[in-house]
Amino acid sequence: MRFFEDTEVGERREIGSFTFTADGIKTFAGQFDPQRFHLDEVEGRNSLFGGLAASGWHVASVCMKLIVADAKQLARDAAARGETVAAWGPSPGFRELRWIKPVLAGDTISFASEVESRRASDSRPAWGILQIRNTGTNQRGELAFSYLATAFVPRRDAIGSGDAGP
Amino acid sequence: MTLTFEDFPTGRFATFGPRHVTREEILAFAAEFDPQPMHLDEEAAKHSMLNGLAGSGWHLCAIMMRMMFDGFIGRTASLGSPGVNELRWLAPLRPGDDLMLDVDVTEARLSKSRPETGIVTFKGVARNAAGQILCEMVSPIIVSRRAPVVVEQAG
Repeated sequence: MRFFEDTEVGERREIGSFTFTADGIKTFAGQFDPQRFHLDEVEGRNSLFGGLAASGWHVASVCMKLIVADAKQLARDAAARGETVAAWGPSPGFRELRWIKPVLAGDTISFASEVESRRASDSRPAWGILQIRNTGTNQRGELAFSYLATAFVPRRDAIGSGDAGP
Repeated sequence: MTLTFEDFPTGRFATFGPRHVTREEILAFAAEFDPQPMHLDEEAAKHSMLNGLAGSGWHLCAIMMRMMFDGFIGRTASLGSPGVNELRWLAPLRPGDDLMLDVDVTEARLSKSRPETGIVTFKGVARNAAGQILCEMVSPIIVSRRAPVVVEQAG
């Protein structure tokens, strides 16, 4: 993971793709969101979604899965180059999460991240704060999912300054 | 009886729980969706900013969803949700937590684009047995209005 100084507004990164299967949709829904249109093909077709639709929380969780996998790969690459890997802080939350298009069984969603704003933290000088727009686009090129995440990112010049935790 | 738009006046709706959260389910969710050390590994978690094993924030979201389903969405004429306006993770989810969920209706308005429905905005606040708030979220849900004449629709 990168340091605050190495980030830039507008920079975009493709995080990866994921195909939602009927079984996967039903398994997640059965556990966390057993609304009829997430569990049954016929109910899904008769709903506003027009087909068996993934729970919005399933889509968000898959986005996180791909973000973590991508971050681990970036960290391995940086370590292989002998660079110091920045450990990002826990996220305080997000805003503007939108389930724009249904994610139906068989859909492949490609996720991407774009830095929307960056600022220094007033209360925690060792940290910067990024607003990152994470999006999911389906195989037809339609934006299906979007949210604005907040991330605490360590500053490079704060390394070794001791307690950096928020 | 199915709850419709008319059943959601603004104000406190209900409190749901307790929902006991086990270490095993925290590990299982993290392994599949959020495999970071502080969600998976007791020892690594001790040295993380969360000071001990903590559930993924997305796991907490999913659990809150299930608590709302069991509490009322399962018997509500819900057509789904367009999103979440704001969500804040305020304290870590811990193994063994017994979660309570306070649900308020912050806004209820008729839909302009689908006059047979309304948009009910909920604020959900999850807290542990000690009363510590773990998460706050504000999210609208599309809910059917009570039909003037009930007819079976073929879809």
